[in-house]
Amino acid sequence: METIILFAPLVGALLCGFGWKFIGETTAQWVATSLLFLAAILSWIVFLTFDGTTESITILRWIESGTLSTDWAIRMDRLTAIMLIVITTVSALVHLYSFGYMAHDDHFAKGVSYRPRFFAYLSFFTFAMLMLVTSDNLIQMFFGWEGVGVASYLLIGFYYKKPSANAAAIKAFVVNRVGDFGFALGIFGIYWVTDSVKFEDIFAMTPQLAEMTMPFLWAEWNVANLLAFLLFVGAMGKSAQLLLHTWLPDAMEGPTPVSALIHAATMVTAGVFLVCRMSPLYEYAPETQQFIVFLGATTAFFAATVGLVQNDIKRVIAYSTCSQLGYMFVAAGVGVYSVAMFHLLTHAFFKAMLFLGAGSVIHGMHHEQDMRNYGGLKDKMPYTFWAMMIGTLAITGVGIPLLYIGFPIGFAGFVSKDAIIESAFAADAGYAFWMLVVAAFMTSFYSWRLMFLTFYGEPRGDKHTHEHAHESPGTMLTPLAVLSVGAIFSGMVFYGPFFGSDEKVGKFFGYIEATEKTEDTAMGFSLIAPAYAAGEETDDHSDDGGKETPIQQPGEGAIYHNPDNHVLHDAHYVPNWVKLSPFIVMVAGFALAWLMYIRRPDLPAKLAEQQRPLYNFLLNKWYFDELYDFVFVRPAIAIGNFLWKRGDMGVIDGGINGLAMGVVPFFTRLLGRMQSGYIFTYAFAMVIGIAVLLTWVSLSGGAN
Amino acid sequence: MGNLLSLTTFIPLLGALILAIFLRGDDAAAQRNAKWVALATTIATFVVSLFILFEFNPQDTGFQMVEEREWLLGLKYKMGVDGISILFVMLTTFLMPIVIGACWDVKVRVKEYMIAFLFLETLMLGVFMALDLVLFYLFFEAGLIPMFLIIGIWGGANRIYASFKFFLYTFLGSVLMLVAMVAMYVDAGTTDIETLLTHSFGSETFSLLGIQIIGGAQTLMWLAFFASFAVKMPMWPVHTWLPDAHVQAPTAGSVVLAAILLKMGGYGFLRFSLPMFPVGSEVMGPLVLWLSAIAIVYTSLVALVQEDMKKLIAYSSVAHMGYVTMGIFAVNQQGIDGAIFQMLSHGFISGALFLCVGVIYDRMHTREIDAYGGLVNRMPAYALIFCFFTMANVGLPGTSGFVGEFLTLMGVFQVNTWVAMVATTGVILSAAYALWLYRRVVMGDLIKESLKTIKDITPRERWLFTPLVAMTLLLGVYPSLVTDIIGPSVEALIGQYDTATAAFDAANQYAQN
Repeated sequence: METIILFAPLVGALLCGFGWKFIGETTAQWVATSLLFLAAILSWIVFLTFDGTTESITILRWIESGTLSTDWAIRMDRLTAIMLIVITTVSALVHLYSFGYMAHDDHFAKGVSYRPRFFAYLSFFTFAMLMLVTSDNLIQMFFGWEGVGVASYLLIGFYYKKPSANAAAIKAFVVNRVGDFGFALGIFGIYWVTDSVKFEDIFAMTPQLAEMTMPFLWAEWNVANLLAFLLFVGAMGKSAQLLLHTWLPDAMEGPTPVSALIHAATMVTAGVFLVCRMSPLYEYAPETQQFIVFLGATTAFFAATVGLVQNDIKRVIAYSTCSQLGYMFVAAGVGVYSVAMFHLLTHAFFKAMLFLGAGSVIHGMHHEQDMRNYGGLKDKMPYTFWAMMIGTLAITGVGIPLLYIGFPIGFAGFVSKDAIIESAFAADAGYAFWMLVVAAFMTSFYSWRLMFLTFYGEPRGDKHTHEHAHESPGTMLTPLAVLSVGAIFSGMVFYGPFFGSDEKVGKFFGYIEATEKTEDTAMGFSLIAPAYAAGEETDDHSDDGGKETPIQQPGEGAIYHNPDNHVLHDAHYVPNWVKLSPFIVMVAGFALAWLMYIRRPDLPAKLAEQQRPLYNFLLNKWYFDELYDFVFVRPAIAIGNFLWKRGDMGVIDGGINGLAMGVVPFFTRLLGRMQSGYIFTYAFAMVIGIAVLLTWVSLSGGAN
Repeated sequence: MGNLLSLTTFIPLLGALILAIFLRGDDAAAQRNAKWVALATTIATFVVSLFILFEFNPQDTGFQMVEEREWLLGLKYKMGVDGISILFVMLTTFLMPIVIGACWDVKVRVKEYMIAFLFLETLMLGVFMALDLVLFYLFFEAGLIPMFLIIGIWGGANRIYASFKFFLYTFLGSVLMLVAMVAMYVDAGTTDIETLLTHSFGSETFSLLGIQIIGGAQTLMWLAFFASFAVKMPMWPVHTWLPDAHVQAPTAGSVVLAAILLKMGGYGFLRFSLPMFPVGSEVMGPLVLWLSAIAIVYTSLVALVQEDMKKLIAYSSVAHMGYVTMGIFAVNQQGIDGAIFQMLSHGFISGALFLCVGVIYDRMHTREIDAYGGLVNRMPAYALIFCFFTMANVGLPGTSGFVGEFLTLMGVFQVNTWVAMVATTGVILSAAYALWLYRRVVMGDLIKESLKTIKDITPRERWLFTPLVAMTLLLGVYPSLVTDIIGPSVEALIGQYDTATAAFDAANQYAQN
């Protein structure tokens, strides 16, 4: 079944990309889409029937050299199962959505068959992404990793006539390659110390890695920390974390369904997945973990600040994605991998929805993306409006704080984001905690700003466009409806297995053997949080759990916690003000947005005028692009030119030609006397001469 | 069949002779006949060479299908293949029909052109199969002549300069190699390569003109061979002949040059430098690693600013050969497996890239990148193929380009992490220059007036690319096809090398302490 899930998108991509001439454009699109729906249905079956035991399916031999041996293989565990449903579900919906979105496109001349190409790329992307998450070794993962990079490159540059799209495509690929550079070095290092690239072998060795050192560049390093760090550099690139984030906003040049699928729900979360997948390694790399927490928190903060002032609707959501990925990394960094995956899952639903909703707006507004030209669209696009509203409620984290009925009540983002903030506090990561709270405030502000600017107020900008603004067709609204179910319920439904008691999470991820102890009685239905503290019973239970549960070995189950890691447990016992803080800032962000964009619409302009330098700093994204251009791009070109003109032409050729110009005329004169006429005769004469010389030597040598 | 190797080697020569003797005139019919004869010959050669592959036993690490005869002047004619050389033979026979197909539109001196390529094929095959020093040297050097002619007669405007530069560089290197060969003969008393491989040359440190030569005679001989192979590769800083040669060479010439001729250097390192002068290699290895790392970064940066497509791809070739030399002198299984793999893969990919340039050069008669832009609008099939090979060139996993690059880097990482890190930056730079090239040529709107009528690839061109696409994918997805064949021989080579250098390393360690 897993094999079918994995290859259905590839078959779809090939049939659609190469076969559309034979089966027709529309049929080709349906083929790709139905194969994706098939994969999605099978994925859900796999997910729901999965029992937590790790399985491995080998498909074909791959790279083998000495002790290095890799196969094309599928590793089925809980992490894979989660990613399968995320990828195939969102992908199937995005395929469906694209029927409507890509129906007409002014970027292409009439008669150009761009649609099958688009669907083929989407399906190919899905295949690569599935390869990434199902891999049982690092190199196949790298295959998927770069494969999604190519798909992303192709899709960002889909409007190939647009210079900005082409530039963005290259930027995405090259910046990701910087990350891959670290990833590759990490794989080399892992192979060097463990003699394997298979996860199960690596996991089994992680406790030893924590004790070993290895030389790398100028110093000796702790192996676990070094390798975890190098792999994380890869994650930084793919998941657009600070320093390697610059490609993600530009990637919005691609068609909006692409942004939803690749640059929100799936590909950009690959970095988070990598850290969770390698949890046995990260658990033994405390310094790297701290770095991840720091960088994740900083990214969450930084991206949110930039998101405050962007005017392009997609860029706001892009920075929001960047910021939310920071949250996930904080969770992974403090060692609650299940929570990172939780947010990854819920985020996939509500962020894909926000993007598709934005796409619906853009579609209805004839490819206008500047929010300053929106306004008052609520009545023109009621369904889109409600979808976006649900997405906004989900991302800002609306819910009922401190209420607990076996699970908290709230939209998806409320449950999973708060889980991260509480975990950060429980892990004593003060910096991260405060950064995330501030970021939550800004998240609320920019999300509501987007809503208010787009759907409320007076229509702004081109009148004509507004008059023709229309609701999107059913193929686009259906995916929104499905995703809204996820955005509302996924947090509540999956609370238990991702952020419930240690035991529930442990069973779900397959590292605690299922016992007959029933959760429900232990958890109870206490209506007041903190749920666990409510009864003595639960406290005892958790202590028991600590004693009874045998210490987990790395590699057992899908994620690993080392014996000292109690963050998942402690996160349930944080003070109430911590639990309330995200809610409070969410309300504050809403209030401020309401004040600035509904009550006093003149305020934003005034504020921007007053704080001009700060505004420009944010508007220009902290000047990262300018800085990189100045530090990397220009010097690379300048050095290239210097090496070429001065190095190759000047020094090397100059030197050797100088020599040659001295020698050649001499030979020419010499040979000129032989009057042979053709250059090649000289050449031939030389070789013959040598042959004769050699023969002579060998003959005379033989005589000795 | 006892003389399969000779048969394979000399079928092309036979074809060349047939052309030279029987084909008269230079009208259209004669030209067509010349091309068909050449194509038939190269295909026949490929078919015969398949028998070599079938008969080859990868588990046997010695030479197989060996032929040995007395030859003129008391010299020996000895041929054979092992796990290291056989795939280069296959690469050559596989690519030559494509090369001939790529010259289909040549109008000038077609017969001679075909003869040059057929003759060249014989010589290249000879290089990879020769098991006698003199024979090897003859094939190795004589290969210069047809290539020299191909550039000098059928090349571009500045062909004389380029062909001389090509000739001088490679020839000067070879002279030193010749001297070393003489020395080897004096020391070992034979020119038989199989025997020389088991001979251990002196490695006692001595002092020459006041300079301590660590590794003694082996180091000196190593250096002499290095002079020749480094130029052939080409390695930085003796690489500058290659961009010029490529720019001036006709398309088919570029394909042969990049895809096969460059591999002779790498093959030479594996056949001579490592096994015959292990101590020399051990002493000089770090230097090669650093030269390779510099080559990768240096030529990648230079490629970034090229304005001529062929030059850009030529510089990219130098960078990719950097991975090869690096892998070889890492002297471990991944390094050498990767190096051989990289050479084969580069044969397909760079060959295809030069064909890609050829396709549009044939239509527009310019290689200036600025003269193009937006080709995808009129040439979608071409855009797809070019995109595929661009991605293969940047080492995308799933294509053969990845396996070689990754294995060599993996091998080097175990030897020197600095070199590995510097070289790994090549994956970033290669993405930059390759994609930027692709963008400037293929992407964008088609604005230039001159391009408005350009036609997509023809069926003939499609046929040229098809086998290359197939091989690039096949080896990328199932590289065991290659590693199964080369693995045991490489393992044996490393085993020998380690034994030979162990004593030297121990002594050296002792001396340092």
